[in-house]
Amino acid sequence: MSVPQEHDYIGLSEPLPSGKPPSKNALNLKQTELRLGLPGSESPERKSVNGVSIFGKDLKDECNNAFCQGPLKNYVSGAKRGFSDAINGSGKWGLGINGGSEVDLGKNDVLFSPKGVNGNFKSNINLQAGNSVKEVCKSSPVVEEKKNGNGSTTPASKAQVVGWPPIRSFRKNTLATTTSKNSDVNTKSGSGCLYVKVSMDGAPYLRKIDLKTYSSYAQLSSALEKMFSCFTIGQYGDGLEGHERLSESRLMDLLHGSEYVLTYEDKDGDWMLVGDVPWEMFTDSCKRLRIMKGCDAIGLAPRTMQKCKSQN
Amino acid sequence: MDPDPNISDDPPSNSASSPFPDEVLERVLSFVDSHKDRGSVSLVRKDWYNAERWTRSKLFIGNCYSVSPEIVARRFPRIKSITLKGRPRFSDFNLLPQDWGANVHYWLVMFAKVYPFLEELRLKRMTVTDESLELLAKSFPDFKALSLSSCDGFSENGLKAIAIHCRNLTELDIQDSATEDVGGGWLSCFPENFASLEILNFASLNSEVNFDDLERLVSQCKSLRVLKVNESIILDQLQRLLVHASQITELGIGSFMQELTPRQHEDIEIAFRNCRKLQVLSGLWEATTPYLPVLYGACAGLTFLNLSGVPLQSGELAKLLAHCPNLRRLWVVDTVEDKGLEAVGSSCPLLEELRVFPADPYDHQHRDGVTELGFLAVSRGCRKLHYVLYFCRRMTNAAVVTIVQNCPGFTHFRLCIMTPGQPDYLTNEPMDEGFGAVAKTCTKLKRFSVSGLLTDKTFEYIGKYAKNVETLSVAFAGSSDWGMQCVLEGCPKLRKLEIRDCPFGDAAFLSGQGKYETMRSLWMSACNVTMKGCRLLAREMPRLNVEVINDEGSDDSQADKVYVYRSLAGPRRDAPPFVVTL
Repeated sequence: MSVPQEHDYIGLSEPLPSGKPPSKNALNLKQTELRLGLPGSESPERKSVNGVSIFGKDLKDECNNAFCQGPLKNYVSGAKRGFSDAINGSGKWGLGINGGSEVDLGKNDVLFSPKGVNGNFKSNINLQAGNSVKEVCKSSPVVEEKKNGNGSTTPASKAQVVGWPPIRSFRKNTLATTTSKNSDVNTKSGSGCLYVKVSMDGAPYLRKIDLKTYSSYAQLSSALEKMFSCFTIGQYGDGLEGHERLSESRLMDLLHGSEYVLTYEDKDGDWMLVGDVPWEMFTDSCKRLRIMKGCDAIGLAPRTMQKCKSQN
Repeated sequence: MDPDPNISDDPPSNSASSPFPDEVLERVLSFVDSHKDRGSVSLVRKDWYNAERWTRSKLFIGNCYSVSPEIVARRFPRIKSITLKGRPRFSDFNLLPQDWGANVHYWLVMFAKVYPFLEELRLKRMTVTDESLELLAKSFPDFKALSLSSCDGFSENGLKAIAIHCRNLTELDIQDSATEDVGGGWLSCFPENFASLEILNFASLNSEVNFDDLERLVSQCKSLRVLKVNESIILDQLQRLLVHASQITELGIGSFMQELTPRQHEDIEIAFRNCRKLQVLSGLWEATTPYLPVLYGACAGLTFLNLSGVPLQSGELAKLLAHCPNLRRLWVVDTVEDKGLEAVGSSCPLLEELRVFPADPYDHQHRDGVTELGFLAVSRGCRKLHYVLYFCRRMTNAAVVTIVQNCPGFTHFRLCIMTPGQPDYLTNEPMDEGFGAVAKTCTKLKRFSVSGLLTDKTFEYIGKYAKNVETLSVAFAGSSDWGMQCVLEGCPKLRKLEIRDCPFGDAAFLSGQGKYETMRSLWMSACNVTMKGCRLLAREMPRLNVEVINDEGSDDSQADKVYVYRSLAGPRRDAPPFVVTL
């Protein structure tokens, strides 16, 4: 029985543990291995081979395994721009396969040849296509542009340059919050904000908070208390004088005690009690928050249920 | 070659006796408003110089370090309105360290002594502390208008002082303040019957204000014509404000995010419709699609629509623009894409200014946004276009050539191809011909920002043709010193030159030696200028301040950031340690 082999997406097989000497047409698998990496990171053991592209024509011709355009196209489908765009002209930049639409890959044989203004060809391939990769590559590192001796710039591949593009910071903040609202909240890993709606039963309008500004449940709950305190005061308007500030302990009682329960809707659409999972897992899966009235939260918060029952 | 005639200390001499008595001259001069004209007037002869200085009431200082408060106080005895600008523009993009300077305090100390009747103060890119605001509030009983654009350093305490003490305040205009949270308590500090406000803009301050106090303020200030609220104000609150202030001409909407009842929806539609004088609309953060139509009733007279805070889609924009036939200025986010810009081209024939901002400037995988096609579509439909700021990810020379053929009247052409050094995406050539066409065709061009892959050829074109250019911004462009030299030799009206990440070195830098005194300033960062070159310039030109900021851990012989500007005040007395004046 043959040893089962692991194949990666483009069909290159791992070198067999035993026996067979590599055929003379075998590729240097380590070099051609597709790996995920942050933009700008270069794996040290990669070297370009005599200035010829790893995907150069000669290799392509020799290729007698599944390493060809087809599977590559499938792997990177979903994004729109051709690989060639990344190399052409901006060949000063490292390669980023920004994916290729079927059309682009089809018409650009250039996909497999190097083009660079300075003849540089970074053999590092940063696959950035697809959502799965996005989670690995969080935000691009902010680096100053480096310069080489002859005055032209050799920037890190697609890394963020200080102050470029020239956008004012107040504008960045505005757009970051509003665009993250429009796109699917959890796939926007690079934007640094995670705005979710927060509703409270009985309140006339909702609020929005950026989960990324908190690092623990305690911070979140105190922020929510502050935000919604005006409504809880309203609830108890008869009991308090108009200008009396609700003490922190009373507020905590209101929110943590018998009246309210903090819940969230996760990616699957289920309503969950806040606090069960680690904070990071929570921020990854939380789509919206709801401050529920205690008695509505039956099944979510046993403690609340008991209090409800005991009050009846 | 002469230093700024506005601020020069030396009066011209008299050649013959004056044909006019002083009173007549002063009366005539009191109608001359522009500071440039006044500068010219002051150069004619000594009595004109004196008449001018006695009648000048508005002071404009484009670079706060070009002159000292003492010099200003000596020359102009009767100033009522002051505009002061501080940091160089590239500080907006984090190229300048914190605490670089431009603190207004020492100016205010002088003003408090010399100009007790000061009425207006407009500051841009300056640091304004609470202490300064308190000094301002207490020193000028007639004070009317405060405008802070891109300023920092203050908190709500400073604003409270203004609200409490400035009894005649007509204008409080805070724009683009991006710094730490300024609390909202100041709004509640206006006196009980305060009614003089005409302009109130706190849109860029993030904190919540007390709505009841705001409502009271708005209802009392019957002359209010500009109201720009921040995003803590939601739609139904805005509706209540509009009921009191239907006379406004400029409105900055707060947050559009709210789930409205049908009744609320109707109320706000009516409120907008009743704002018949509305000319300017902005804000609209988190505008949700269903509610955009409530605005339609307010759009008939709109001349300026600022949607730069709300990422609309093309369809939404098209529907909105159909209601704005009088639009002259439009700011949008590139989520509207080329299709949205086609709608602009077809709906806005009177358009004069277009700014398209990127929704995701740092996301290199972002394939959406606008392209050369959108720009072309606008240029075809909006022949009066003269101001453009356009962020895109691809462009072609052919498109730019066609665009300026369609709209040869550009005065401000700021095109930003967001990937540095990117060529024409169809031909792979540099963008020289495109930008060259702009220089050639747009004879009235005053402000020019270039981008993409550019060789010295672009700068040859600029030097040869762009004779009216006053502000030039260059990044990641050029091939050699020759490029910069072409500009320095060829552009007689150049006032501000800002350069980053270009291969221009000492030869080019020093070739402009004679020119820099005719300019307001030069900024060069991440170029090839050396400390030696800077020292040479400083030595040759004593009336220039040559300041260098070096980044941590960089080569000591290179000058990472160079800021050169003419000055009558000598080297800065308040320079922080990282700013080296040579």
